[in-house]
Formats: sequence, C-alpha cells, structure tokens
Amino acid sequence: MSPYEEIILDHWKNPRNKGRLAAPDLVGMEVNPLCGDAVRLELKVAQGKVTDVRFDGQGCAISQAAASLLTELIQGKSLAEVQTLEEKELLSALGGVIQTRLNCALLPLRALRKALQKLS
Amino acid sequence: MMDLAQIRGDFPVLKRLENGKPLIYLDSASTSQKPHSVILAESRFYQEQNANVRRGIYLLAYEATELYEAARRRVATFIGARSEEVVFTRGTTEALNLAAWAVGETRVSPGDRILVTEMEHHANLIPWQELARRKRAELLAIPISEEGHLDLAAFRKMLTSRTKVVAVTHVSNVLGTVNPISDIVEEAHGVGAVVVVDAAQSAPHMSLRVTELGCDALAFSGHKMLGPTGIGVLWAKSELLEAWPPFLTGGEMIREVWLDRATWADPPAKFEAGTPPIAQAIGLAAAVEYLERIGMDVVQTHGRELTTLALAGLQSRPHVEIYGPKKAEERGALVAFNLRGLHPHDVATLLDQEGICIRAGHHCAQPLHRRLGLAASCRASFHIYNTREEVEAFLEALDRVWEALR
Repeated sequence: MSPYEEIILDHWKNPRNKGRLAAPDLVGMEVNPLCGDAVRLELKVAQGKVTDVRFDGQGCAISQAAASLLTELIQGKSLAEVQTLEEKELLSALGGVIQTRLNCALLPLRALRKALQKLS
Repeated sequence: MMDLAQIRGDFPVLKRLENGKPLIYLDSASTSQKPHSVILAESRFYQEQNANVRRGIYLLAYEATELYEAARRRVATFIGARSEEVVFTRGTTEALNLAAWAVGETRVSPGDRILVTEMEHHANLIPWQELARRKRAELLAIPISEEGHLDLAAFRKMLTSRTKVVAVTHVSNVLGTVNPISDIVEEAHGVGAVVVVDAAQSAPHMSLRVTELGCDALAFSGHKMLGPTGIGVLWAKSELLEAWPPFLTGGEMIREVWLDRATWADPPAKFEAGTPPIAQAIGLAAAVEYLERIGMDVVQTHGRELTTLALAGLQSRPHVEIYGPKKAEERGALVAFNLRGLHPHDVATLLDQEGICIRAGHHCAQPLHRRLGLAASCRASFHIYNTREEVEAFLEALDRVWEALR
C-alpha cells in the first residue's frame, strides 16, 4: 500500500551518514515548525570537494529519508556541483514524492543551501 | 432510531472515491461535512431570496431579513438562549476575539488576572494573551493532569479578587476532555470573574443549554456542526452585550451618526458591523434543523459509540499512545494518538492512500503538545455520518501503516 517508494523506506529504516562530524567546515540547519521536522547537515570540505558529510535530525520518514539520501548525493562531489543541485534531482532520486509532502522532502535541501550560504 | 444509511445519503461528498476507495472522513473536529439540506438552503437563498438585510424597503430585502432573523431565533433555541443574545460572527475565532476585546475594555485593568487553560485551542488563547499584553494584566493557565483533566484544585488557588475572566474550552480539540463548565462557573462567579466558553467542539455533538452551563459568554462555529464556513455564534448574557462596546464598527451597527461621533444600535446588531454572512446564517439554521431532527442526544450517543470503539481498538495496540481521558464517557467524539516512533504526517499520508482522512499536526494547540512532550499527534474524529465499519477500517489500516514504517 505504500506511496513511499522502497528507497524512502530503506533510507528511513537504515539512515546513511547519520550523526555528527568532529569539526565540520559547513553546517546548515532547517526546521519546519508546523510539524517539528528538523534536519542538520554537516560538511567537511577539502580542495573544493565534499570529503565527508553527516546529517542529524528528527521528523517524518520523508524528511529523514531525504536527508539520508542527500548525504549520498553530495558525498565526494565538487562544491560547484553541490551548489547547483536542483530540487528535481533530489525528488527523482527519491523515486518521486507525493504532492502533499513535497515540503518534507525538500527540507534537507534547504538545510544544505543554508550551509552553503557561508561560502558566499 | 436513526437510519445511518439514509443519513449518509444526505451527505453528497461521501460518494467521493479516494484513490479508488470510498472516502472515510475522520476529521470532523476540523470541519464537518455538509448535508444536502444545508447546501440547498444556501444556494436557494442566492437563487431566489438574495438581498441585503436590515436596510432594504422592498419585499425581497424584507424576506431576506426575515430569513436571517429566523436563523438567529433557531440558533438561539438550539442553545436555550434568547435571540437578542445571539451575535452572528464569522466563526468561533472572531467570536472569541470579540469577547476578549470587550471583556478587556470593560473589566480588565493593569495587574488584574486572566485565566485560560493548558488545553486551549489557539483561538481561545491568543486573544487573551494579547489582552493581557495590552492591559498589562497577568495571564495564567490552569494546568492539566496526566490523563488530561483540568486540575480544579490548582484552579481554585488561582482565583483571587483580581481574577476578572476565565476562558475555557468546553471540549478539548486534542484530548477530547469534557470540562466541568458549571463547576468552573460557580467558582469563578464566587470571585466575580466572568466565564467565556469555547464551545466549538461541543456545540456540534451535544445539547447545549447556556442557562444550565451558567457561563457568561459562549462561542461556536457553523462549519463544525454540518453548517457552512464563514458563520459563527457568540452568545453572551444581555447585561454584558449592553455594557460591551462594539468590536467592529461601520454600517448596520449604528443608531445615529454625525461626522465626529456615533451611537450604537441595540445588541445583537451593535456587534454585527457591515453586511453579515446572510446565506451562511441561513445555512447554519438548516444545519441546526438537521441536527435537531436527528436529536442531539442521538448525535452524542453515536459519537460516543464510535469513540468507544476507536479507543478500545487503539488501546489494544501496544505501539499506540493515546492522549486524554481513557473513558469515552469523559470525551467528545475524537481521539488523538501516535504510533510509537512514527511521525503523524507519515501516518496520515499512508491512511490517505486508503481513502481515510485524519488530522495530523498540532491541531492549533501548540502549548498543549509542548505540555505533552510532543511535536504533533494524529487525530481521528467522528460525526453523525461515520459508521462502526469505518472505524474498524481505520484501525486495520493503521496496522498496515505500522507494518510499513515501523
């Protein structure tokens, strides 16, 4: 019955890169006060590349799975690639997200953009 | 006895299919569905009777005014009140804002005390917060027990000669708790405080008699009691309505106007500035007629039966946490709950796939959720058109949600 694609359930039940970094270079945090979803992203950067990434947070399956998947999408990527990552890339990596819950899926991306703000 | 199949046939939206499945609407505490007679009353007004009220000389306007005032009389009878004590507003929120503002203008001075409760909907909290801020008064919240009842011993200790008003909900929109209004009134009146009751969750489900409750003002909405949106009621004792200054000013609420001043019409017109929600008032009267034809006792019994079934089903599942009183007799027709470790939005989204609509979030009661240590909760609520089969389908679907996400 799940409208949640397998990939969402997988990342929800087995989150990747969850936790904190000892000394992150970039940190971004985003909260949805309406539902209590919270995502914190921490990045380690060297030679213009994301060398390590962690997320921490709490909330619904979609926001947390999206955060977990996002860490995989940006791990090892150049900062230029990470900065131009689009919403539709994350959504399609998630296998599509039901329209009533787009905000949940995009919360981690907003956290990432906050983290990147410190670059400019 | 009521014929549930026939009742369901009166609600056109229940014919809707959701993802190919019959709609199971369990969010009536948010807004109820509307029977055909209500929809028809509103559309008939626009098609055959539409004119502004209280100003036209022609027959059409006279008839519109008659219908509007007949709606007021019907609503007054519904709550055991006199019609001149019934003010039409846009909803409970506007009614409570009016009451808070008027109580503030007439009774509250710096250092006075305003009491609310920990279980209030934002609509019966923020107007009092704003009043306290404006008048530099003290705002205190009556605490709740672990099971979600008001702590009446604590309430008594909060009552002083400076307590001017107690604002309390009749039925909590999250816990379901039915508060002992007449006991609260007796204590509050003992120190000279007025009592304002938020009846948004009680008016749709039980017979209300304002004289028996004993409160000084009471507010509710049309849309939660099978009526239209955009119409609500503020009932208040005549002596208060006489003393209160108008909340909104403009047309319709005046007696005489000069360039530099004006005098007011008698209540309730004094509180109905501008063109009122005429069609909506007529729709509300049709909703009252519909409820009275079934009988409020039958409505209440039906809600309690479904709540009993839902409570028992939820309580038998160890991964479900329920908020509020454990007994259906102590509740309105709703249950808030969580599945351990799952976010309410995930639960609601998965139920939606099966055509089941529940509320998920903080239900406009953030301080209560904070008190319960929660970010959000799920809520299933019932009305006259819901069936035992729907509650059972909801419980079974909840098991599939748990299997999918646990």
